[in-house]
Amino acid sequence: MYKVKVYVTLRESVLDPQGTAVQKSLNSMNYHEIKDVRIGKYMELSVEKSDRDIDEAIRSMCEKLLVNTVIEDYRYEVEEVVAK
Amino acid sequence: MKFAVIVFPGSNCDVDMYHAVVDELGEEAEYVWHTETSLDGFDAILVPGGFSYGDYLRCGAIARFSPIMDAVKQAAEAGKPILGVCNGFQVLLEAGLLPGAMQRNSGLKFICRPQELAVQQTDTPFTSCYEEGETITIPIAHGEGNYYCDEETLQQLKNQQRILFTYKGNPNGSHEDIAGIMNEKKNVLGMMPHPERAVSAMLGSDDGLKLFKSIVHYWRETHAINA
Repeated sequence: MYKVKVYVTLRESVLDPQGTAVQKSLNSMNYHEIKDVRIGKYMELSVEKSDRDIDEAIRSMCEKLLVNTVIEDYRYEVEEVVAK
Repeated sequence: MKFAVIVFPGSNCDVDMYHAVVDELGEEAEYVWHTETSLDGFDAILVPGGFSYGDYLRCGAIARFSPIMDAVKQAAEAGKPILGVCNGFQVLLEAGLLPGAMQRNSGLKFICRPQELAVQQTDTPFTSCYEEGETITIPIAHGEGNYYCDEETLQQLKNQQRILFTYKGNPNGSHEDIAGIMNEKKNVLGMMPHPERAVSAMLGSDDGLKLFKSIVHYWRETHAINA
């Protein structure tokens, strides 16, 4: 089994209205050192070993469904786990 | 003329679409459940608003893999008029039938109110009954209607005159006040405002009715030539 962690973030060129609101809130709480907040998504997939190449499979899943590449970027980590 | 109204789990403007076409215009319409695979026999396709699949993951992201969507793509290629409103617009964006993507409204709030729009183009299957530059009032109701596209796409939309409706007093942060755009072939329109909710004075506005009338005129004209 693999555990795959997918991180989805807004592209740098895209404004993040949620992140901006959170940044302003942090600033108003006296955390003036906060200069930018970007909010994204985290997904965990449990993947059974198969004939398919795991990297290829994850990339195609991301680009077809999990990520909208018009506004979002992604990265992922694959971790091998021993089934209990 | 026969319209298909696509219904996804979570669609909630399907009945309004049907009402606009059948009760207000006296044309034919039929609901088509998202698991169907054919749109044969339909002259135009309406993709209604709502919250398909609960807006899980992203608005429209899951609906675009519904079995019916292959038939919608074929209808787009065949040149049939396709109108996606609100969530229907988001589905068409996710499906790649229109360029760009939607983000959360810049004010982060769901906005539900009548909205003034400017009609930018009238030489289209969707807007021929309007006057160019006309101001119309049509309700908006969305949390993610903040349209985004890159500069190259924006230039294409402008140069090819594919921006049909713009907001007057931008409500949601949408790029260049964009409220509705067409594909390159000019037979697919996506818009956030709800023309189907503005089809009689009793509803507060009938400014949306001309959009449906335009589609019918377009269809009659093309079919009169062929006949």
